[in-house]
Amino acid sequence: MHLDDLASSSGEWLKGSGPESDIVISSRIRLARNLADFPFISRTTESDRAEIEKGVRTRIDALLQTGSLSPDTLFINVGDISEVDRQFLVERQLISRELSESEGARAAVIDPSERFSVMINEEDHLRFQVMQSGLDLTSAWEKINDLDDLIEEQLTYAFSDKLGYLTACPTNVGTGVRVSVMLHLPALVITRQIEKVFKSLQKINLAVRGLYGEGSQAMGDFYQVSNQITLGLTEEELTKKVADVVPVLIDYERQAREFLVRESQETLHDRVSRAYGILRTAQTISSEETMHLLSSVRMGINLGLISDLEIPTVNKLFVHTQPAHLQKLSGVELDAADRNIERATYLRRHLNGKGPNDPSQN
Amino acid sequence: MMKCQRCDRQATFHITDLIDGKPNELHLCEECAQSFLSPSEEEVAEVMPAMAGLLAQHLAVGETADQLARLDQRSCPMCGITFLEFRKKGRLGCPHDYAFFADELEPLLMNIHDEVHHIGKVPKRCPQGADQQTQLIRLRREMKEAVAAEDYEQASQLRDQIREIETSSQTSDDTSP
Repeated sequence: MHLDDLASSSGEWLKGSGPESDIVISSRIRLARNLADFPFISRTTESDRAEIEKGVRTRIDALLQTGSLSPDTLFINVGDISEVDRQFLVERQLISRELSESEGARAAVIDPSERFSVMINEEDHLRFQVMQSGLDLTSAWEKINDLDDLIEEQLTYAFSDKLGYLTACPTNVGTGVRVSVMLHLPALVITRQIEKVFKSLQKINLAVRGLYGEGSQAMGDFYQVSNQITLGLTEEELTKKVADVVPVLIDYERQAREFLVRESQETLHDRVSRAYGILRTAQTISSEETMHLLSSVRMGINLGLISDLEIPTVNKLFVHTQPAHLQKLSGVELDAADRNIERATYLRRHLNGKGPNDPSQN
Repeated sequence: MMKCQRCDRQATFHITDLIDGKPNELHLCEECAQSFLSPSEEEVAEVMPAMAGLLAQHLAVGETADQLARLDQRSCPMCGITFLEFRKKGRLGCPHDYAFFADELEPLLMNIHDEVHHIGKVPKRCPQGADQQTQLIRLRREMKEAVAAEDYEQASQLRDQIREIETSSQTSDDTSP
């Protein structure tokens, strides 16, 4: 399997399936691990990083041999691929911006279903994640726990009895676990309740981030809610802490949607229809505007205001209209102005002629 | 008595604030220190990800400038990082730092996690063996230095020690279930 094969497909978190998938896009758990016999990344030499990469690769290869990982698993030397390919993996949520932009030996291991990926030599020696569509944290934890056991069979992790798994940043020490759920919360944004929600989440030690992690803008009304602390609770307790708050957020969002339908049905319907109209007719359009409009369309589908479009299609458009995806899909490098034209073309092609009488197109 | 720089009360907090990487000494009373140290709501939202770095800079509350300067110069025998470097970057240099800077890190961990004891998962294969492995970080570094200084006798002794640890960990691999 090749990196280019991923571009045309839809990854796990784009599927739009799983529990509560009208509001919950995906559930993700990541673990931070370090090898005991190497310094943390900021103090490593280039040869240390090469050794770490080699050691982990050997372990991954062994797991391929035993069939614990798919034979189509991709092993990517991140330093060897083009900037567009790196950006593509970031947009796909398979690697972080930090891994994409850092220097030196670093790699990514990617399961073909995109449900599992590993970053080598990011902030920690090993960062691996399991991603599921919809709200499904329990099975995500079970899966990542098993993979952690398999990888640990021949690598000695930095671990202390008192502090648990030792990480480069003290904010991750202990379990090294980050449990996060990505939610689509347009009605809470429209009704200006989102800030209030964030403040109450922070009070119970949960963090809120935008679509692409730390410091990113909440594009398209997508928000990631995750645990802030990693020490002093078990992995199951941390998972539960996040899992328990999600139904509350879903409930708030549904109430806000009902409020909008009840109090300003025409305004809401107008907003959704205009967004759909612009996306179907624009000749040039920026990524930000696309995300913003797709967000209204996505909510419109969930509220039954748009009937000729499916959620998985919209989920896919959110990602396929990102800069690197557009370039991968069109097969040429494009500057910002040309990308805006290509994006509008792509949207028109996928959103037009898809009425109920024309089910053949997809 | 040293006066608080913001009011007339006695300064009981001596804080070194890093501004663009440069230390700035502040002497404050308890009340002013608290308001200085608690970030505004806007700041909380903005700095959440960089929290460790921020807290690391502020964790010297209650230390005198002298104590802090001495602490900052201490360096980990394994990886060589100084506490000052950690405070600047918010990233530690190696696993041993957690033991070597334990006293300094504890209030920071308490601040971040509200807890200082791990109760979660334990590695199955090597729950006790990690400390010895971490010695390799120091030994490899010292061997490189010995080679650079052309002290080959020292380098060969270090090489033997490294092999011993590596071999013993491989043996334990073989005997593990």
